[in-house]
Amino acid sequence: MRIGPIGFRIGSDWRSPIAQLETLYRDYPKPTDSIPDFTVRLFARRPWRRLIRPSVEIGGDYMLPEAAPLPLRQGLLAAEMAMNLQMALGARRYLLLHASAVERDGRALLMTGISGAGKSTLATLLAAKGWRFMGDEFALLDPATGLVHAFPRLISLKNEAIATAEAAWPDARMGPLMPATPKGDIRHMVPDAGAIAAMDVPARPVLLVFPRYGFEAETRPVSPAEAFVRMTQASTNYVALGEAGFHALTGLIAEVPSVAIDYPDGASAIEQVEALWAAL
Amino acid sequence: MHDAVYRAPPIDGLLIAPLDEFTAVYHRASGITHLLTEPAPQILAVLGEGGLSLDALLDRLAEDYELSDGTREALAARLDELVEAGLVEAA
Repeated sequence: MRIGPIGFRIGSDWRSPIAQLETLYRDYPKPTDSIPDFTVRLFARRPWRRLIRPSVEIGGDYMLPEAAPLPLRQGLLAAEMAMNLQMALGARRYLLLHASAVERDGRALLMTGISGAGKSTLATLLAAKGWRFMGDEFALLDPATGLVHAFPRLISLKNEAIATAEAAWPDARMGPLMPATPKGDIRHMVPDAGAIAAMDVPARPVLLVFPRYGFEAETRPVSPAEAFVRMTQASTNYVALGEAGFHALTGLIAEVPSVAIDYPDGASAIEQVEALWAAL
Repeated sequence: MHDAVYRAPPIDGLLIAPLDEFTAVYHRASGITHLLTEPAPQILAVLGEGGLSLDALLDRLAEDYELSDGTREALAARLDELVEAGLVEAA
């Protein structure tokens, strides 16, 4: 399958994760020229672990030896984690920003922060208000053009974000609810048809937001130096890209204002984002 | 140590991007990004590949900047930091 500009080939020792992926990614195209960028493998460490207490190891072109296996009923999560892992360790064409992204009028808003800051939730809520969903995990910054490419994989909803997203997108197709994973309760949501149809259209980033959930509503500017440091930390391949990464990131920070947003709930965050957007 | 000649990398060995009071500097030889504040970028610019002793550097900086007492010690400390960071060589 292809997500944005990245093609994946996925192999598994079991049928069920592949069947779930086939269903949830049914509207996505095949890799360009049928050549995938990354291979993902879901496998049993020992042959008998295919059948007895089946546990899924993740791997492919790149491996993390300390990655803990997951039970087979969390196979879809394993597949998504394995795809992220290949991207994080292998991507060289784009500067990978651990950020969600939405677009309006050809201009992109990037949101980045630690797990639980609300990247996925905010992108999902903004998309329900008419923004184009570009991705909830990685924004792909092209060093050559300064444009952000979409990577609209399945939206990974955690804990209370599941109900929030279901309320905002009552007709969305959802994956199985996976309770009590290492990341809490997880449910994957298929991005809307518009997001998938437009996934090959890049956008010019114009605003960088650092959201933080669970605080009184507050908006404050982030200095370019702080934004630069936080984005080097939010990029999985900044060091690997060398000069191209330096040019891409210093260019982004020079052109795009950075703002920190504290917010108590989704409605408040959307109001804050809309106000910032209107003031651009 | 402070009788040494200090050398900066060649002019094309650094990529320099001023951000605000900080300047991002990419060191091509090591692939490391540094975040510098004044006067480090100015020191690198004045030192150049040819290199200068501490006193010669002080004289050169005095041409462009107002320097006060204690500058020599402070400058020596900044140079030591730059040597530690791998951006300046002392020989």
